[in-house]
Amino acid sequence: MDLFEYQGKQYFAKFGIPVSPGDVADNVDKAVSVAEVVGYPVVIKAQVQVGGRGKAGGIKIANSATEVVEHASNILGMDIKGHVVKCVWIEHASDIDKEYYVSFTLDRSAKKHLCMVSSQGGVEIEQVAQENPGAILKLHVDPTQGISSDEARELVTNAHFDPRAIEGATDILVRLYECFTKGDADLVEVNPLILTPEGKVHALDAKVTLDDNAAFRHPEWDEYRKTEELDEREQLARSKGLNYIGLTGEVGIIANGAGLAMSTLDVVNQAGGSAANFLDIGGGANADVMASALEVINSDKAVRSIFVNIFGGITRCEEVATGIIEAISRVDIASPIVLRLDGTNAEEGRMIIAQDKSGKVISKPTMLEAAQTAVELAKGNK
Amino acid sequence: MSIFVDENTKVIVQGLTGSQGRFHGLRNREYGTKVVGGVTPGKAGSDVEGIPVFDSVRDCVAKTGADTSFVVVPPKFAPDAILEAAQGGIRLIVCITEGIPAQDEARVYNILANDYPNTRLIGPNCPGIISPGKCNIGITSGDIAKAGGPVGIVSRSGTLTYQALHELSLQGVGQTTCVGIGGDPVPGTSFIDCLREFERDPDTKAVMMIGEIGGDAEERAAEFIAKEMSKPVVAYVAGVTAPAGKKMGHAGAIISGSSGTAQAKMEALEAAGVKVAPNPTKAGELMVEVVKAL
Repeated sequence: MDLFEYQGKQYFAKFGIPVSPGDVADNVDKAVSVAEVVGYPVVIKAQVQVGGRGKAGGIKIANSATEVVEHASNILGMDIKGHVVKCVWIEHASDIDKEYYVSFTLDRSAKKHLCMVSSQGGVEIEQVAQENPGAILKLHVDPTQGISSDEARELVTNAHFDPRAIEGATDILVRLYECFTKGDADLVEVNPLILTPEGKVHALDAKVTLDDNAAFRHPEWDEYRKTEELDEREQLARSKGLNYIGLTGEVGIIANGAGLAMSTLDVVNQAGGSAANFLDIGGGANADVMASALEVINSDKAVRSIFVNIFGGITRCEEVATGIIEAISRVDIASPIVLRLDGTNAEEGRMIIAQDKSGKVISKPTMLEAAQTAVELAKGNK
Repeated sequence: MSIFVDENTKVIVQGLTGSQGRFHGLRNREYGTKVVGGVTPGKAGSDVEGIPVFDSVRDCVAKTGADTSFVVVPPKFAPDAILEAAQGGIRLIVCITEGIPAQDEARVYNILANDYPNTRLIGPNCPGIISPGKCNIGITSGDIAKAGGPVGIVSRSGTLTYQALHELSLQGVGQTTCVGIGGDPVPGTSFIDCLREFERDPDTKAVMMIGEIGGDAEERAAEFIAKEMSKPVVAYVAGVTAPAGKKMGHAGAIISGSSGTAQAKMEALEAAGVKVAPNPTKAGELMVEVVKAL
């Protein structure tokens, strides 16, 4: 789960990482009152999870309440690359002497944590990586050891941080690692980390991606869930406990297992169609899960046919078949269902489907034939 | 022959008294796997259909002589269960648990690498390992596999592993061993670990590899294949049409920026001389041709 900047900054603050004094506002009045508290000049920043906010006019400086009203009312509700701005972060504008980049993530190849620092902060790090890769210093951290102050100090020194920034940056790196590990993040990134003319170092931006698998030990993450940017289909799927990602095609997809679901998207594409979604009903799905999955797909108005691709392992095919029959009787499924069943109890599953009188379910013996049929039906059902 | 396991492998099940552990532990035993014990703290002295249960891996290993453990416990407890197995003298740990936090997984991987270099972890978040006719540890349905070789399978995805077994068995092509390495960011066993063993195993004549988007494990496997493998490899990579920035079910299956795409993986594999198929069915057909030509 990606956090908004303001949530990232609040998360940083929990681990003692200094950020500019500020607060979040979802209306103009709140924006003004935050600005009065943090002191002018203030920066007003659109809270969206997409790059290029500045260019789109989503970041403005205000020197008075009048300017806050003007900018906040412009930014709130603004559409930035398809993301509507629901709230703004307002903080005291910092004087900037130097801009740096620091981050922690997992290096999957090395199977270690990776710390990256650069004295060329404030621009896209991918751009620095392309134009001047030598300007990014990397350090692998053994998760069983962590990063020491001495290692952090050496890294920022070697990256040519200003001598006045060394101690502050060292302290922040150690705290940021705590935030990354104890905070169960997949990524923590500060760009820019700034040095002020007074010699203070703090985070001017915050990018945090949390590891959904660790949610069980972070009840405080519930508040982030509420602000997550999901479309209606994704919200409905989540409420039913399904692993769903909305896409833009016309063939609804239901499969068991992430790999098979991805593969199903691929074969639909190879048959000349495109998938409306990714939906993995997981291992051991029962009839009820199957019925819920069909309801979610059915709520998508773009769907013209539904391809159910099941290879039974822990999931038993007769449960899947029962779920399909149940869904048909429970809700009016608008599109034809093409079904491919293999694996555990496939024969029993096919017998259940054979008794269906609705005519909505078409069984196909292989994945490729089923994909072909689903795509043809989608094209004929416009 | 087979890799990592054989007909003499003695297995304990950590979590045998739970519903999943019981179901799959007993299924594995029915298949012919030597399931010799179970571990559930506080339940020593009881048994599951005749399989004795112990409080700790150490006790269980001392009494049964087991060398392999099947870990079937929830994500919260799985990291400690894996470490307990390593401490208890287990040499092969198969963990099917899905949803272990990435920080725990990275820590466990490095503890094993640093302190227990002779212990191998397969998984987590994987279907397990099956050597048809000899040993089945995990959740794979034994009846879709066919004994006798000559193909070894290694896969990052669960259901696609079944699909691969099924496609080959239907065509009369058997398997030596099928390893599901799992779809998480830090799997205990890599493609390369399995490819190396398959290259050494005299009964394995060809290898089927199933990859998916995310990370660079397939690219690294391609480098290894080009340099070290004499046996033919057929591959399929899932997720050609997956969008960037979305986790496709597995925690490890995500395209970030331009890295981790199926296209890049397929190109790397092709450049290494691997026969790359656009879907699992085609991969099965390609493998049938490869086996015929052996």
